[in-house]
Amino acid sequence: MILVNEQSIPFYNGLTMTDLAAAHAPAADIFILNGFPVQANTRINDGDSCSLIQKGVIPTPDEIDALLTARHTPGIQKKIRASTIAILGLGGLGSAVAGAMAKIGIGKMLLSDYDVVEPSNLNRQHYFVDQIGLLKTHALQQNLLRMNPSVSLKLIDEKLTESRLAQLFGKVDILIECFDDPGMKAATLRSILTEMKQVSYVGSSGMAGFGDNNTVLTKKLYPGIYLVGDEISEARPGMGLMAPRVGIAAHHMANQALRILLGDVQGR
Amino acid sequence: MNITVNGSNKVFQGISSVTDLLKTLQLPSETVVVELNTIIIQPDSYNSAKLVEGDQVEIIRFVGGG
Repeated sequence: MILVNEQSIPFYNGLTMTDLAAAHAPAADIFILNGFPVQANTRINDGDSCSLIQKGVIPTPDEIDALLTARHTPGIQKKIRASTIAILGLGGLGSAVAGAMAKIGIGKMLLSDYDVVEPSNLNRQHYFVDQIGLLKTHALQQNLLRMNPSVSLKLIDEKLTESRLAQLFGKVDILIECFDDPGMKAATLRSILTEMKQVSYVGSSGMAGFGDNNTVLTKKLYPGIYLVGDEISEARPGMGLMAPRVGIAAHHMANQALRILLGDVQGR
Repeated sequence: MNITVNGSNKVFQGISSVTDLLKTLQLPSETVVVELNTIIIQPDSYNSAKLVEGDQVEIIRFVGGG
């Protein structure tokens, strides 16, 4: 037997992708065999998993997963899909980190913010004008599910305190700290170091303004614990947060989280 | 008194607690994480956490924005 678009089909010798397409998806023009893109004339072996996809047609969640697997390779996608992350604060950093992680097909995200979308957020945060007034958790959920309907989301709308962090986030693989408030940033790292000793951490400090790109760094503080930013560019009157540099920091954070998940750098 | 702060040896006069050290360094206490001789100090202990000659202190300072 073989799997064709997640359905079991009898196998016979000499079967090719072209044969499968003729029988199951005549308009297909993307052929994926065991997670790798292949030519139409590729021979199939017993036990193979095949996806037949048509360009320009909205894929099902299973097809999206097959496409991600084909692009990222099966071993990597399996790890990404099996992972749970938490994003604390859904502003310029958090909304961008969440988008990057949804697009690569992360398994589950805990999204935490108590605030609503305001007009002043839209210079950098990934929301739309027609979402002004919505809770950021709800607005981001709408947007992420349009990017990737397969991602599992848990929304946390409460205003967090240090004592709540370990209860809510103590079981995730990686906590990504995207708060605005420096007091909560410090509280989160303290909680990670003293209470959440199994949770890897990517935090942030210093990404306001439009200064040098290359002073935004990813620094290892402890094993499995990383800090992103230039550590000095504080958001204040005269030096606001702006999409380009906040985006640099956000994608440092997202890539560091991915590197931890894939074992490329040390986690906890 | 000699104290190593973030890997640099420094001489401080007239300080005896973590609170004093943060004041001297002009660091707002609510924005930092303090590790004293590899132990994380909770903010409500900054006054009672006494510093002595040769202590190793790591201070991670956060600035606002996200």
